Amino acid sequence: MNRTSTVIKVEGVSQAFGAEGDPRRVVALESATLDIPRGELLSLIGPSGCGKSTLLNIIGGLATPTTGRVTIDGVEVKGPSPQKVAYVFQENTLFPWRTVIDNVKLGMAFQGVSKSEREGRARESLEAVGMQDFANHFPGQLSGGMKQRVQLARALGLQTEIVLMDEPFAALDEQTRMVLGEDLSVLLARTGKTIIFVTHSLVEAVFLADRVAVLTARPGKIKKIINVEEPHPRKSNFMTSAKLGAMRNELYELLHDEIRKTMTLRAEVGGDK
Amino acid sequence: MKKESKIPQRLIQLGVLLAILLVWWWGTLPGRINPLLLPPPAPVFKNFWLLLTTASIWPDLWVTVHEWIVAFLLASTTGCTLGYVISRSGYAVRVFDPLLAGLYSIPAILLFPLYLLFFGLGSGSKIAIGTTIAFFPIVLNTIAGLAYVDKAYIRAAQSMGANDFQLFWSVMMPAAFPVVLTGLRLGCIIAFLAILGGETISSLAGLGHRIVSLAENMESAQMFGNILFAILMAFIINGTVSYVEARGRRGMQ
Repeated sequence: MNRTSTVIKVEGVSQAFGAEGDPRRVVALESATLDIPRGELLSLIGPSGCGKSTLLNIIGGLATPTTGRVTIDGVEVKGPSPQKVAYVFQENTLFPWRTVIDNVKLGMAFQGVSKSEREGRARESLEAVGMQDFANHFPGQLSGGMKQRVQLARALGLQTEIVLMDEPFAALDEQTRMVLGEDLSVLLARTGKTIIFVTHSLVEAVFLADRVAVLTARPGKIKKIINVEEPHPRKSNFMTSAKLGAMRNELYELLHDEIRKTMTLRAEVGGDK
Repeated sequence: MKKESKIPQRLIQLGVLLAILLVWWWGTLPGRINPLLLPPPAPVFKNFWLLLTTASIWPDLWVTVHEWIVAFLLASTTGCTLGYVISRSGYAVRVFDPLLAGLYSIPAILLFPLYLLFFGLGSGSKIAIGTTIAFFPIVLNTIAGLAYVDKAYIRAAQSMGANDFQLFWSVMMPAAFPVVLTGLRLGCIIAFLAILGGETISSLAGLGHRIVSLAENMESAQMFGNILFAILMAFIINGTVSYVEARGRRGMQ
């Protein structure tokens, strides 16, 4: 991998909640170091509470690390960088009082896109996710999968180089996720964006990503990074291939012990109360 | 889901009203209830009709409506402003929200004798009591609306680069709007009730004043006509405000 093409650099990032010495102090993330090259899709996977979302929020500037730093194009992240980074959240963050297209346009207004440009860009990004016929619907009238498509359209409309996705399909049923995953692969192959994708799903992680970073149980450390050598866009036959199956199994092996550890940890915490 | 027909509901509601009217008519037949205490329906409705068709009630009506509008405007500006200021800090919310909720449970009408001393028998004391009573639901709902906006909306807006003004105008305000609107509706209605109540206790003019002086003069039929008029007004106010609220909600959706 070409070093000069690195866009996101995560250098020894740790995140702890609670003061030092406090028995309730939780170290969510411990000295995470990662280089993410331009145009890569990186999946973050790990047991619950391992700091995947924390790491994502630090990269996006929505959280400040306790130690270490993140740079994007060599500039240290100190807050949200809406010109460079767009988010897709797990929960529905579409504003229910605005129509689909107005939601997409509002994101651009926040980002500072001139008024005349918004309409065209919003239509384009809705078309990219197949939601152009629902432009004038309100979010409340859409299914969960459609809402996530609109959130994706809103992120794409911002035309940032980086998109951070925090378990975007977690609240959806298996079949909807499958279709959305395939569509996403096609879409992302076309845009060439740099993407970090947090997920709980082993299959999803392998199916979408160029690399999968496996995190350990809390305190989260990066345990291993697995390369997925498969051209984009990924076809549905990749989903059923032996290659994907083997990688899924490898991830399962890596994660199994970590998930067990999390469960024990939880039982201990529960016993304290 | 099958849409329920509204006709049976309306028929039952109408039936209840008719039953009340019937009991009233039956109870006031000659030899039953003393007509000085409860006059029969016919003269009451005749007086009610006179109130609707002549201008005799207008001076008193204007006094009450004027007091009500001023009280509501005062309560909504102070309530919304203070609610907004408090909602800006989580600490202030934790301090003042329970405090205001506690004060709200005190029957504010007990302040009325004090207001009579402060502001006199005229409109001032009515405006003061109406403002006091309407202020609480407005300030409490403004706090509830603004302080408890879903954090996910705020995070999303900030990640897209919203500045403080955009965050307030495009996210906090519309998110809080339905809750604030409910406070305004409650304030609007109870301000009217409080003013009417204040007028019946002690006043120089107004709808409540008329009702009390008619009662003191044993003009029962006229008094009940005026009461019907006040009920009609409360009914219209409630209907109008609820309609405006529903429209406002739909507008924001």
